[in-house]
Amino acid sequence: MNTTPQSDSVLEIRNLFIAYEPERYAVKDVSASIKRNRITAIMGPSGCGKSTLLRGMNRMHELYPNIQTKGDILLDGKSIFSMSVIELRRRVGMVFQRPNPFPNMTIYENVVAGFSLNDIRLKKNQRDEIVENALRNVALWDEVKESLFRKGTFLSGGQQQRLCVARAIAFNPDVLLLDEPTSALDPIATSKIEDLLGELKKKYTLVLVTHNMSQAARISDDSMFMYLGELVESGPTGTLFTNPKDSRTEAYLTGKFG
Amino acid sequence: MSGDRITKALLFISSLTILLLSAGIVISLFGGSIPAFREFGLRFITSSAWNPTAGSEEYGAMAFIAGTVITSILALIICIPMAFTTSLFIAEYYRDTRISGILRSLVDLLAGIPSIVYGFWGFYALRPLLVSTGLSDQGFGVFTASLVLAIMIVPYATSLSAEIISMVPAELKEAAYSLGATRREVIFSVVIPSARSGIIASFILALGRALGETMAVTMLIGNANVIPKGLFAPGNTMASVIANQFGEASGLKMSALIAVGLLLFLITALVNYLGKLIIKRFA
Ligand SMILES: Nc1ncnc2c1ncn2[C@@H]1O[C@H](COP(=O)(O)OP(=O)(O)OP(=O)(O)O)[C@@H](O)[C@H]1O
Ligand SMILES: [Mg+2]
Repeated sequence: MNTTPQSDSVLEIRNLFIAYEPERYAVKDVSASIKRNRITAIMGPSGCGKSTLLRGMNRMHELYPNIQTKGDILLDGKSIFSMSVIELRRRVGMVFQRPNPFPNMTIYENVVAGFSLNDIRLKKNQRDEIVENALRNVALWDEVKESLFRKGTFLSGGQQQRLCVARAIAFNPDVLLLDEPTSALDPIATSKIEDLLGELKKKYTLVLVTHNMSQAARISDDSMFMYLGELVESGPTGTLFTNPKDSRTEAYLTGKFG
Repeated sequence: MSGDRITKALLFISSLTILLLSAGIVISLFGGSIPAFREFGLRFITSSAWNPTAGSEEYGAMAFIAGTVITSILALIICIPMAFTTSLFIAEYYRDTRISGILRSLVDLLAGIPSIVYGFWGFYALRPLLVSTGLSDQGFGVFTASLVLAIMIVPYATSLSAEIISMVPAELKEAAYSLGATRREVIFSVVIPSARSGIIASFILALGRALGETMAVTMLIGNANVIPKGLFAPGNTMASVIANQFGEASGLKMSALIAVGLLLFLITALVNYLGKLIIKRFA
């Protein structure tokens, strides 16, 4: 077993710049490492580049037409820009701000959507197993096992979001990226998702963008604070919250902006 | 206070006017067609005889119903592949790009060209082309009319479908991309299924347009009052027989033409209603 710090990090972000328009960087010279089986929270005021950075990690940012990217991100030591996006996105899954199950698919079909979209044929018993495992992993199985063949859009918002997490982990990815996954949910659904994330980190590495400082404090192990596209400070959540090194981090944590 | 009342009264009066107008149209269509239906009964719909000779007058709408339905459906069949692919191009593949913007304005431009101009183009450009292929003697007939009709409804179907396709939420597409789907897979597994009923509705509405189209069809269909015997044979449509013959018509013949108009109105209303129903379910 290799336990050097370097192998401990799943994603290595190196001098990353991302611009939507020429020379206007939404992410500026960010270097950071995301540690395995931990929850890393990305915080910062609105518009500081959190979502852009997160989307960079599975190259979802490339969906925008004139995007410019400099720098590199390594996934287990290999540059994500040298992989096919298809392989990359199977290894680095994503959950969005608003629950977005496919409305034309049943709950069952939603969970295996990643396979059917990619034309990966599975035997029925394999599919059944993947669906049950994924739904158990998001603590949704008992709630929906009787209605697997109903449309996913009939579920409550919180259930839909857990379905979306199930869909993202059905591939068994290394990393799961979550962009404010609870901001559209009520407090009870939010706390269920938070509990779920605590469970999921045993198997996966989670990166969580959040506006909610107390959420970051409650569930994250590491934290990153961004401001105007730059990564101001990062480190273990406990240290960052109690003993911020940068005055801007401190200002944010004490509610001076954002 | 009273300003509010005046506005309310004005709005009420204008809506009432519309209501009265449409009721008036329907009533006069019904009223005008009574003599024809009294004379021929249901035979007016099933018969394809059209004989204005005094003494042995006989009128049936079947030839025109057939002409209208055949040309419109054929036009729709030709229109679907063009409009569907163009709307995908505009609203999905190249959305928010300059080329898509240019294409969108071109489509709107085409939609604004008057029917008679399309007729002219069909008459002087398309017809000789068809004659030169040897498929048709004079170039008149069902196929020529359908082709021009198709070109006329393509812009309409395209802009409606493009509107529907661009309404597919970005979140769904992003979800599919984040699962490793390719562009093609996103389009075929997410965009098209989500927009399906809306796309179908836009084609039904385009069909509604084709059914009532008059000028261009009259110039190209050959105006023979018979059920068309083939793709390149002449025929006539409901709208075009009215346009051609109402000027010299009176008595029973006038009533027969009005009855054809009533039938056309009913068919078109039904088709449009179906289209709107599907759109409503989609939205
Ligand atoms: N599609 C886009 N085109 C152009 N600029 C964009 C686009 N998306 C984001 N930006 C800009 O990039 C910067 C970073 O945006 P980003 O969405 O990453 O911020 P964020 O930290 O996630 O904000 P929020 O907390 O509001 O979600 C902002 O200045 C924003 O205006
Ligand atoms: Mg964001």
